[in-house]
Amino acid sequence: MALDVSPEFNQKTGMGNLDGQNLEVEQKQIALETQKLSAWFGDHHVVKEISLSVEKNDVFALIGPSGCGKSTFIRCLNRLHEEGEGARVSGDVLIQGIGKSGGRENIYRSGVDPVSVRRRIGMVFQKPNPFPGLSIFENVASGLRLAQVVRRSVLEEVVETSLKQAALWDEVKDKLKKPGTSLSGGQQQRLCIARALAVRPQILLMDEPTSALDPISTARIEELVMKLRGEVTVMIVTHNMQQAARISSQTAFFLMGELVEVGPTNRIFTKPKESKTEQYITGRFG
Amino acid sequence: MLELSARDRRRRVTNVIAIGALCVLGFLAITPLFFIFSYLILRGWGGLSLDFFLEIPKPVGEEGGGMANAISGSLVLLSLTAAFGVPIGMLCGIALSELKNSFTARVLRVAVDLLTSVPSIVIGLFAYAVIVVPMKGYSAWAGGFALSIVTVPIVARSTEEILKLVPRTVHEAGLALGIPRYKVLLRLILPGVRSGILTGVLLAMARVSGETAPLLFTAFSNSFGFRGLSSPTASLPVQIYTYATSHDETWRQLAWTGALVLVFVVFCLNLLTRFLVRKS
Repeated sequence: MALDVSPEFNQKTGMGNLDGQNLEVEQKQIALETQKLSAWFGDHHVVKEISLSVEKNDVFALIGPSGCGKSTFIRCLNRLHEEGEGARVSGDVLIQGIGKSGGRENIYRSGVDPVSVRRRIGMVFQKPNPFPGLSIFENVASGLRLAQVVRRSVLEEVVETSLKQAALWDEVKDKLKKPGTSLSGGQQQRLCIARALAVRPQILLMDEPTSALDPISTARIEELVMKLRGEVTVMIVTHNMQQAARISSQTAFFLMGELVEVGPTNRIFTKPKESKTEQYITGRFG
Repeated sequence: MLELSARDRRRRVTNVIAIGALCVLGFLAITPLFFIFSYLILRGWGGLSLDFFLEIPKPVGEEGGGMANAISGSLVLLSLTAAFGVPIGMLCGIALSELKNSFTARVLRVAVDLLTSVPSIVIGLFAYAVIVVPMKGYSAWAGGFALSIVTVPIVARSTEEILKLVPRTVHEAGLALGIPRYKVLLRLILPGVRSGILTGVLLAMARVSGETAPLLFTAFSNSFGFRGLSSPTASLPVQIYTYATSHDETWRQLAWTGALVLVFVVFCLNLLTRFLVRKS
């Protein structure tokens, strides 16, 4: 467990919406913990025994050069990796249980239905992928409508709140019946975020959500992620180190399928412990 | 001024010759279509009347009569095909696209391709053996069965091709929301490709509406109009075949008009698919 509560960390979060005093009395909860998580494509071992933990309602960034396994890693966390051909996973992923017991549950325990895992761990993809042929409203409502039983009145309310959370409501409130694909790329990505938020996930995984977007759309998504802090746990894969530095409070650096270093974002970018991390963040490779 | 070298001039001449040759060949390719259409209109138009669509054929020697029996029969046979062949073909196509490159899918794909290349007369023989013989008679069932077999591989492959065009990320988006796989397919993927699948179905229907061989000894023919699914049933192509080879002038005229109507229907189906493709 890499739950680092160094003074720098307190200082860092103190700058955010949590004030330092609260932090000292509040016991930080762990939203997700991986234990020796490995993933393969056929014989290719792409994620190698990763163990890390993510705090509840925090923003956690994963950085590393292309092909370092960070996307595959994040796709193991909602059991999406196994949908690919020849894909295999080993290790454990523990998330906070729901219900009174509040104990932790292993999403890879045998007998766990991947569908129920995915209802609690949402995902936003690299390329905006609204459902073709569905309207903006139906896109946001799709998760609720097709995965749970929800009344129409509730549905309308949830669609509105989700679109507001995704900072898209004002732009689309008059054209909810228009196809989701009619929006611009940046709007489509916010639509996908609204769609993921509509099912009220405990954790939101974002796989390079801004790499297909222009700088202005990217800035809006980043703002959005910062606003989500405190409401939902966000894990974001990014190519862009500045982005990780701007929006996350914890950062993990991946290289060749291995976890090189994990810690408070501040420290990773200013005083990395590993020389490989330093070389990467100073742009000497990757 | 830039002077043209001898080489440039030669290139221009070659270009003109090549384009000219392509135009001639292109023209040659569409000439038969033009002649078929004009000849059919020339010979068939005269026989076109309300009677043609409403009357059944008169006995040899008598004037008048129409092909109502063949038209209604064709509609019945095509409905049977739409009811059995099309859904099976669609399910097969969905299976192919969902199973991707698994062993089952590869075997199924080869089987479907083989079925496409089976001569339709052989399919007719098969239907004769498994339906006509046990039922002790020609029937619409047997004809619909034979046409369904012709349809299945066409619809299966077109459905698969259309589904392949849906990006993998759309599947993943659905799965990531915790939507079960069957619902992702039925409620999110299929509605988006409805018109594409329909296009494939219409093309298949256009193709089978002109099939003669599978019907010759399955649905056979009759001269009275539709008498139930277990009775011999007429169809436009078979009727055209029978009448065109007869010695009766009235019947031969009916064959020409029947051919004109058949070609017109197929032509319309093709235009409709064009329209659908453009819309999607």
